[in-house]
Amino acid sequence: MNTQYAAGGRGRVLVAKVGLDGHDRGAKVLSRLLCDEGFEVIYLGVRNTAEQVASAALQEWVDVVAVSILSGAHVEVAGAVRQALDARGLAHVAIAMGGLIPRHDAETLHALGVARCFHPGQDAGEPGRIAEAIEALAAQSRQAAEIVAAP
Amino acid sequence: MNALAELMRSWAACTAPVDRERFTGSARLPLPAFFAPPDAERPGEFPFSRGVSPRGYLDEPWVMGMYSGYASPKETNARFKSLLKTGQTGLSIALDLPTQIGIDSDHPLAAGEVGKVGVPLNTVDDMLALLDGLPIAQIRQMRSTANAIGPVFIALVLVALEELGIDPASFRLFLQNDPLKEFPARGTWIFPPAASLKLSADVVEYVAAHHPNWQPIQFCGYHVRDAGGTAVHEVAVATANGIAYLEEAVRRGVRMERLAPSLFLFLSASLDIFEEAAKFRAARRLWARLLHERYGVPRDRCAIKIFAYTLGGALAAQEPANNITRIAYEALSAALGGVQTLATSSWDEAHSLPTEEAASLSLRAQQILAYETGVANVVDPLGGSFYVEDLTERLQAAIAGGVARILDQGGAVAAIESGFIEKLLGEAAYRDFQDVSSGRRLVVGVNFKARPAEEGWRAPAFKLPPSVAEDAIAALGRAKAARDASAVQRALAAVRDTAARGENTVAPLIEAARARASLGEMVDALAAVFGRHGSSITATVPSAPPKLGAEAVS
Repeated sequence: MNTQYAAGGRGRVLVAKVGLDGHDRGAKVLSRLLCDEGFEVIYLGVRNTAEQVASAALQEWVDVVAVSILSGAHVEVAGAVRQALDARGLAHVAIAMGGLIPRHDAETLHALGVARCFHPGQDAGEPGRIAEAIEALAAQSRQAAEIVAAP
Repeated sequence: MNALAELMRSWAACTAPVDRERFTGSARLPLPAFFAPPDAERPGEFPFSRGVSPRGYLDEPWVMGMYSGYASPKETNARFKSLLKTGQTGLSIALDLPTQIGIDSDHPLAAGEVGKVGVPLNTVDDMLALLDGLPIAQIRQMRSTANAIGPVFIALVLVALEELGIDPASFRLFLQNDPLKEFPARGTWIFPPAASLKLSADVVEYVAAHHPNWQPIQFCGYHVRDAGGTAVHEVAVATANGIAYLEEAVRRGVRMERLAPSLFLFLSASLDIFEEAAKFRAARRLWARLLHERYGVPRDRCAIKIFAYTLGGALAAQEPANNITRIAYEALSAALGGVQTLATSSWDEAHSLPTEEAASLSLRAQQILAYETGVANVVDPLGGSFYVEDLTERLQAAIAGGVARILDQGGAVAAIESGFIEKLLGEAAYRDFQDVSSGRRLVVGVNFKARPAEEGWRAPAFKLPPSVAEDAIAALGRAKAARDASAVQRALAAVRDTAARGENTVAPLIEAARARASLGEMVDALAAVFGRHGSSITATVPSAPPKLGAEAVS
């Protein structure tokens, strides 16, 4: 399995806006930042469904799905993305979520299978820390994939 | 005393007459309406850099209106009433995302989004509940974020007014109706760009013919700025889009000399106070010349009005109470720039939708600015400042250059379709991010004297009532049960036929709205003819997903 990742550098990340919210300044900045930090990044654009995100994650063999959302629909979206990934055998793919996500929703999102939440203001202006967090998720995801793939 | 007498003599040569009734705040010096040396541009004169009127805010300050809407028509109606009680003079209806993209609350894609960022409006019944008991006649202006759904929204409003027995001429509806900016920024498109332009022009044409005191369109730069663009990008994109709408209106025979006085720019008000004030002055100067030279509008009708909204992107999540200060300075830049309408964001918006308390605090910030600071005492108080006059001229030239670049590419629609504008804004957003992370741009409490995370970051989180979606769906069900289904089908068929003939869709949409067709049904009827942008209703999974590598962004 490891050869699959050789080209991915620090990890392969799918960045997507899910739901109906079309504000993607943050998602685009994150995509550029991760590129500069040595990740391979696929930006899927705005207004995706959970199913579309999971299909792209499968085709692109990503380690991490990074979902940006500002509309307040993050709880509904998190559950839907996790289910769609799991249904495609991508239980090992980690979900990171950022945007207008209040801290009091963090526990709910973790319970729904979101590995990491970025709340407003968190790590803002610190590209290194954001990259390290995503790299750690990618490493976990690769390790989990190996366990899944082992005979 | 001599110095004062000297001053009074010099005024005689360079100002409007001194108004004996008005004075500065403490020394009680008498004030003219404005200051202007002989032969210099005066406020209210072409090209209107110094303001749309010679009286500015002297008789009445700008229209104050907060952007509000959430949960349900009933809750939003209550928030409106509370803000009106606090002295709000304009209303702005925030629509939820399903409504903005033309799907009903019971659509599978609406799950989780109903009532979140605005009010859901499915049928005329929702509009009636929204307007219930509001003192419409006393409201100076009613705005809304209807863009891709522009013609459907106006149909819902007109039928609701008719059923409430309110004369549409008795107040001003102020439509956003700018779908083109949704493609590079904000993202609530429905139809492809060219069809979006056509439907927007339907509204402009209809309003020009039937409701000439309404404002049928705002050329939006705010969202371009919030997507990462600069002050120059903001006005340039709004102007290029504006030209596209106006060309279509002219093609349909709308008389520009009659339409021009109702035109509005919707711009941001950000923190660089003098650059922002100069931006508003430059935008008016540019538009006055454009309207006169390109469309032959008589000079005295070339003053474009400005609606400014304090820039959300300039607020910080860290130490959110600092945003109150930021919002106040942003509002100051708008007042110095002579805008006609101002909306202020709320300090808690970086954490959640605004609470009622925070929204009311922001309205108070505007009132303090208008009534306590003296900023409204003379028209264009910055006029004649070496710095601001120079910024105004250079910004105007840079914006004109930006507009020319977009026109060179075939105009706004072509520049949207090619991705040119989106790329421009993405680049600018990343540059700004790098400026903040490297410390080139300082943000207090973020990269300047930042406190440890969490300390002092408490913001009241706004919570929605739990049954919002069910209530909206139930109301839609009741409206559908009570209507004459065959009348609805006939009305929707008429919408489709009219659209297919390329005619104006507003009149048949009014009939459909009256028959209680839902918003989603009306949009479906239009989409049957015009198609939807992207491959499906949510679109945007390209067959080869674009990779944002170095080659894609060079």
